[in-house]
Amino acid sequence: MKMHAETAERHTLSILVDNEPGILARIAGMFTARGYNIESLTVTDVSEDEAVSRITIVTSGSPHVIEQIIAQTERQVPVHKVTDLTALGPHVERDMALVKVAGTGEHRIEALRLADVYRARVVDATTSSFVFEVTGTSEKVDMFIDLMREVGLVEVARTGVVAIGRGKEAG
Amino acid sequence: MGDMMAVEKSGAEILVEALVDCGVEVIFGYPGGAVLPIYDAIFKQKRIRHILVRHEQAATHAAEGYARSTGKPGVVLVTSGPGATNAVTGITDALMDSIPLVIITGQVPTALIGTDAFQEADTVGITRHCTKHNYLVKDPDRLGDIIHEAFHIASTGRPGPVVVDIPKDVQVATGSYAKPGAIAHKAYRPQIKPDSDLIAAAVEMLAAAERPILYTGGGIINAGPGASQMLAELARITGAPVTSTLMGLGSLPASSDQWVGMLGMHGTFEANMAMNRADLIVAIGARFDDRVTGRLDAFSPGSKKIHIDIDRSSINKNIRVDLAIVGDAGRAMEDMVKLWKGRQHKKADLQNWWARIDGWRARRCLDFVESKTEIMPQAAIRALWQASHKRSPIISTEVGQHQMWAAQHFGFEKPNKWLTSGGLGTMGYGLPAAIGAQIGNPKALVIDIAGEASIQMNIQELGTATQYRLPVKVFILNNEYMGMVRQWQELTYAGRYSESYSDALPDFVALAEAYGWKGLRIDDPADLGDGIAAMLGHDGPVMVDCRVAKLANCLPMIPSGAAHTEMILQANEVSGEMDDEAKALV
Repeated sequence: MKMHAETAERHTLSILVDNEPGILARIAGMFTARGYNIESLTVTDVSEDEAVSRITIVTSGSPHVIEQIIAQTERQVPVHKVTDLTALGPHVERDMALVKVAGTGEHRIEALRLADVYRARVVDATTSSFVFEVTGTSEKVDMFIDLMREVGLVEVARTGVVAIGRGKEAG
Repeated sequence: MGDMMAVEKSGAEILVEALVDCGVEVIFGYPGGAVLPIYDAIFKQKRIRHILVRHEQAATHAAEGYARSTGKPGVVLVTSGPGATNAVTGITDALMDSIPLVIITGQVPTALIGTDAFQEADTVGITRHCTKHNYLVKDPDRLGDIIHEAFHIASTGRPGPVVVDIPKDVQVATGSYAKPGAIAHKAYRPQIKPDSDLIAAAVEMLAAAERPILYTGGGIINAGPGASQMLAELARITGAPVTSTLMGLGSLPASSDQWVGMLGMHGTFEANMAMNRADLIVAIGARFDDRVTGRLDAFSPGSKKIHIDIDRSSINKNIRVDLAIVGDAGRAMEDMVKLWKGRQHKKADLQNWWARIDGWRARRCLDFVESKTEIMPQAAIRALWQASHKRSPIISTEVGQHQMWAAQHFGFEKPNKWLTSGGLGTMGYGLPAAIGAQIGNPKALVIDIAGEASIQMNIQELGTATQYRLPVKVFILNNEYMGMVRQWQELTYAGRYSESYSDALPDFVALAEAYGWKGLRIDDPADLGDGIAAMLGHDGPVMVDCRVAKLANCLPMIPSGAAHTEMILQANEVSGEMDDEAKALV
């Protein structure tokens, strides 16, 4: 007998939760327990009184699975609201990476040139290295990192996706 | 609340007072180092009764039995570490079957958390995914509010277990407590009232259906006795047949003409055929569990489906439905009944539909071959029903063949009379659940229908019943096998009975007597009636070792991965070896 898998689509979910101890473990653990994917997860408090946090999760699954993910997440006691930004349509997604590149000569110049094309900023420099800060969609950040591999990539630190709906209304 | 200067009390005293304010009359528990301050506070008061179990798992099942039979949340008190981990099975059981429990666990002092201290376990971590919600209390000032919130969450919406973990220093330190008003949780707001437009759509679909069926579940029991009355009324005015899940038994009286029996893997032929051939399924407080649906792509292919459930995540989880209604089962049925009457809908002409159902009923799928030499387990259940049903008994079960036979052959007339582990399927549930039910219903006849294997999983609770003089009855269908495992091995693995024989069984009669119970053995079909009468007639706990046919199979049965229309009805159809796809299914 062979195992078989379903086709998946990628969704960005924005989840407002009570900022209580264990909330991240609760949400992330529920995803694990029910076999849902987490491609990226970010969390931080976003309200003035630090009482509410926003978790942004990039997940993937069939439309049916995505619907279940939203229902199962909303069912958690500390969850205020789940917004499927992908289903909502127009929204802004940003991913930020700090990319360390080491090298001299032609590689060093090429790295700077590419950074300019990708609007990456130099946030640290030595005579033999740079740290670039690049922001954009995950695809853009991926592409930048791939290019840096050819010119002396040392290491990457990355935030994962944060996202918010367009327009004047709260999501 | 500055104007209400409450007197400072210890965390343990606050806990007891908050429990009293939440209406708690009884706690099932077991003491230990990390809950000594709470046990001292319990010692000094008289408002809450503590029932000392013999194992923490049994405390949770007893609380489940209490909750299921009384409609009130069950309360458990256990110590840290092994106390909490032993309780995990019962907590998970309560989550799967939507039983309201509040479990208080002791924890090592705050300063020792995370140091691998003696009897330390990460209780909130371990129970995070087997509770509806859980708390670690770090401030005695917050304790009272958390207890009230825990009861609110456990008993509203889709009920479930809530763990409150209290470090020992928080039990000793002082804080203030004032009884809070109505709980308004910031995020948790279960939807009770169903959308009226959706109710109207449901009523019209029901009025237009030619082959409707009401598929009911434990949600109706959880919605209170009024919901069961509403189901009877909805069934009466629509004339539709009614089936139920294992958890929903008793919501419609089994003596009703419209009752077609339980559905699913060990349901009746008529219930499963009616589900398969229906043009409208109205699911109420049921969750299309795999034991109910059989093969998903063959599940009721020609029907429209309405699903009423208080838990939105249960809707469209396993089966896509045409109309989803989120809300309390009782409220939804009440609204449907009112609207049906308001619109002056007449009972539809379901004569043809009922004629087909009667045809399926005529197969008499629950019949079995009687024996003069052996007690057939089905006959034992029927004899037990015959002898006891007038006393409206509360029946608990363990898990396995005996459980399914009880579900099939014991007719339930009322809700809250049937206590069984449905979702998790926990062997060892029945005896402690019966104890909890007897505590909550001192005058009721409470019987645990058991198997010889399951009963040994919490056999130590015989002592609890003895201590509190609880007249519970344990009726063991002893076939010397883990019968359901053996049956599956016969069906799926060509009769290779790997480790399913109950070897080295104790002498159950002597064992019962060692605990101060009355012990009885029945091994001749001719003695069945007298033996049951002796059990029921004894004013105290009785354990009956009823020796039944060893190799009887629980039928009818839908093999895993099969459709409702592919039921095995006859014993000679159960044999052989299944392919790997079937073996991989649970």
